[in-house]
Amino acid sequence: MSTHVDAPASVERKAPTTQIGRSIPRLESRAKVTGQAEYIHNLRLPGMLYGKIFRSTVPHGRIVGIDTRAAKELPGVFAVITGEDVRALVPEPYYGPAFHDQPVLAIDKVRYVGEPVAVALSEDPHVAEHAVNLIEAEYEDLPAVFDEVEAAAATDVFVHDVLKPAGMFPDLKHLHGRTKTNVALDFSLRRNDVEQGFAQADYVFEHVFRTPTVAHTTLEPIVSVGEPRGSQALTIHTSSQSPSFVRSEVARLLGWPENHVRVRTAFLGGGFGAKLYIKLEAMVAVLALLVKRPVKISLTMEEQFYTITKHATTVHLKTGVTKAGKITARHCEAWWNGGAYADIGPRVTQKSGFTGAGPYDIENVALNSYAVYTNLPPAGALRGFGIPQLVWAYESHTDLIARELEIDPLEFRRANILRNGRPQATGTIMRDTATVEVLDSLSSAMRWGESFDRGQGSVRRGRGVAIGFKACIAPTTSVAIVNLYGDGSCAVYCGTVDMGQGSDTAMAQITAEVLGLDPQSISVIHPDTDVTPYDMATLGSRSTFHMGNAVRLAALEAREKLFVIAGKALQADPSLLTVADNYVSAPNGQRLSISEVIKSCFLMQAGNIIGTGSFRPSYTSPSQGDGQSDDITPFWMVGAVGAEVEVDTETGRVHVTRLVNVADVGTPINPAIVTRQLNGGALMQLGFTMSEAVRFDNGQAINASLADYKIPGILDIPDQTVAEIAEGCQNTGPFGAKGAGETGTFAVSPAIANAVHDAVGVRIFDLPLTPESVYRALRAAQHQPLEDQQ
Amino acid sequence: MSAQLREISFTLNGKSVTAEVASHHTLVEMLQEQFHLYGARESCGQGLCGCCTVIVNGRSVSGCLYLAVFADRADVVTVEGLAKGEQLDSVQEAFVSCSGFQCGFCTSGFILMVNQLLEQNASPTEDDIRHYLSGNLCRCATYPDIITAVQAAATTLRKE
Ligand code: FES
Ligand code: FES
Repeated sequence: MSTHVDAPASVERKAPTTQIGRSIPRLESRAKVTGQAEYIHNLRLPGMLYGKIFRSTVPHGRIVGIDTRAAKELPGVFAVITGEDVRALVPEPYYGPAFHDQPVLAIDKVRYVGEPVAVALSEDPHVAEHAVNLIEAEYEDLPAVFDEVEAAAATDVFVHDVLKPAGMFPDLKHLHGRTKTNVALDFSLRRNDVEQGFAQADYVFEHVFRTPTVAHTTLEPIVSVGEPRGSQALTIHTSSQSPSFVRSEVARLLGWPENHVRVRTAFLGGGFGAKLYIKLEAMVAVLALLVKRPVKISLTMEEQFYTITKHATTVHLKTGVTKAGKITARHCEAWWNGGAYADIGPRVTQKSGFTGAGPYDIENVALNSYAVYTNLPPAGALRGFGIPQLVWAYESHTDLIARELEIDPLEFRRANILRNGRPQATGTIMRDTATVEVLDSLSSAMRWGESFDRGQGSVRRGRGVAIGFKACIAPTTSVAIVNLYGDGSCAVYCGTVDMGQGSDTAMAQITAEVLGLDPQSISVIHPDTDVTPYDMATLGSRSTFHMGNAVRLAALEAREKLFVIAGKALQADPSLLTVADNYVSAPNGQRLSISEVIKSCFLMQAGNIIGTGSFRPSYTSPSQGDGQSDDITPFWMVGAVGAEVEVDTETGRVHVTRLVNVADVGTPINPAIVTRQLNGGALMQLGFTMSEAVRFDNGQAINASLADYKIPGILDIPDQTVAEIAEGCQNTGPFGAKGAGETGTFAVSPAIANAVHDAVGVRIFDLPLTPESVYRALRAAQHQPLEDQQ
Repeated sequence: MSAQLREISFTLNGKSVTAEVASHHTLVEMLQEQFHLYGARESCGQGLCGCCTVIVNGRSVSGCLYLAVFADRADVVTVEGLAKGEQLDSVQEAFVSCSGFQCGFCTSGFILMVNQLLEQNASPTEDDIRHYLSGNLCRCATYPDIITAVQAAATTLRKE
């Protein structure tokens, strides 16, 4: 079995394609509309205990004592476990993808309100819940820090005594052992001379933008089940986006080889980045081994707010521009509020940080990006991996500049846009990226050149545009297996997790295209690390490209083997055979069904034809200090948004009447699924724009429920939501495709703020755009600020 | 929590059944634990999202708040009771053809609510649809396709 390591130079273009570009219904449609779809949420195992978590009530404190006696005495309680019990099994129980900083249960210190401190276990979840209420903990309060800018500058309050980078990433090495700091990563990029660029400018603009903490609120709350198999092996059933990572990290904690840990998933009821890396997996693994019973922990909606969030940010931008509207220099400084544990925050800081100047062709760029520890719940990835926060800043800023210069905002962007063949701020030359096409499609979808009804009386109308881009995370690997069974049916074994994005269907279409099969007849085996090969994770819009390429290579290998066997049976040259509609055909018209070919080899309905594919694109890591790299990403994603809004000047309420998002997704495998992802991303970001913000009072989240934290409902979506796919082709992608899961989110927030500015002449610098914030800005603009602001 | 169990009997998707429930058990817990029906599922646990929707005596209820004991002698219908054998109902068919879902976690609730809407109003406007479904949340925000699916199902049902 050969594997292919490097990216193919270009795709094999076979025309006409039959399966690519077809909007077939999802493979699992029937299961999902009949209530039969499998989620880990549903899982019950014989002898299973339910765990309920006792959580910290202070933002920062030394643990003086935990009293579990009353809880243990409650009838029906099987055990109550604390950090000290965990340490008996795992001496160093700290995990994390970038830093080994997060304990399975708090040890010595708690670092945020909501941090897990103890777990009560019972066969009856209600008993476990009752027991949690009987646990008492005493803390010695420590001073806490909540704001990312303050925490970065702090000289006396430190969330962690010493930094513990995981060692996997070269750019974190220099942080090892660092003390007296809350900065978990300081990424910097320098391109040419930004000061000289400002000197060449006619105008220099500076603004600061902020975004609040927001929450994923997947409707299937995070859930994991640990199932011991003796004392030296374990199965973890989990709603995870990254089963391969869970296996290696749990094996590392336990000091076991990876093959003693099996991790499996089912469909996920939403992921959005919440279910990445380690969430409950280490906890259920340790608990199950300690009590020698299967243990299930299923979070409540409230607990999800204490488990993972999206970074609050402060972004400072400074741009130099000539009178004619050419950007000469840009400096972006971004602080990321990472909460108490790093999770993937340092990666967000770096991987998104280097795009902080926007999709523009700028000669002189300086970027600084800081991952900062605070005493808030940990922040990680949320649909866009930091990009929507940066786009909020640079596209609000860019719009302000265009307005000041009295240049049409779309024209200003077009004049400065980064085109194929030009270097991005890292020095990587942009290729196969439809920046210009996206702007052109947006312009026509918005009928930008035509006149626009601006409303009257107290309701004013406006429109705005914005564009953002993202690099796909690198370097990462996907491995896939395609297996043809004796009857000619086919299964794809891949570690991509279908959490609603339709990856099962896309992988089936890719396989079907290569092997001449009906995609609906293919089964896609869900991630199970004992069965499916390695995949880095389902995140960052990487699966269509990486796993899609791996699956395509695996299917090609299976086809090659099939043709060798068929060549013997048909007495034909294998290189001249073709396959379509389940039949292998020779040039002379003779043909055999796939099952007949396999039978010709194994003499009965038996055996397998197995192809494997392994895909890892090339990558050059950015050099320390200036962040330059000639190969920073395998592909770029571009998303632009246009918004039309009505602003009620008497209440500050903003109603989005039309939301258009245009994306470069290469050549889509399944256009309907891609369109749905684009709309879903845009409407999720609409929530982060208009209403969502986790509010904290001394570190305590005070709106941790869907009653007080408003996610968009069907009445909140625009009158019209439109997604358009711009003409594009990613030549290194499977059949020209690239990722699409996040692109719809990029530019929503600034497009709406720009439209509000267009409607009523006020600028909102901090998300969300609540009626209150808009009304305050309106009053301030009329020199009649509300009393509490005077 | 030494709760006393009580036997209740009711009709579940057309069949007479009995169950042993404690006074604090919710309808969703009972359906999952005792009948292995997972289509109604708890998400927000507060009556806000509709993932746990179940039809009791012809009316939709939030199964995360509705106590199982109240199902005594009631007629209970879940999403699993809609298809006739292999034949999906018209709303399910429309959700498949219009792909009115992504992750699918909210889908059972939407499908039951749409059935109830179309029983009451055979030709709902887009505004009617939005208002009727305002108690169901979809974090994947598949709302535009859900609206299309409702319109498609309404058209099919009017023809039947
Ligand atoms: S779980 Fe019942 S309404 Fe949300
Ligand atoms: S389809 Fe995922 S929540 Fe609705």
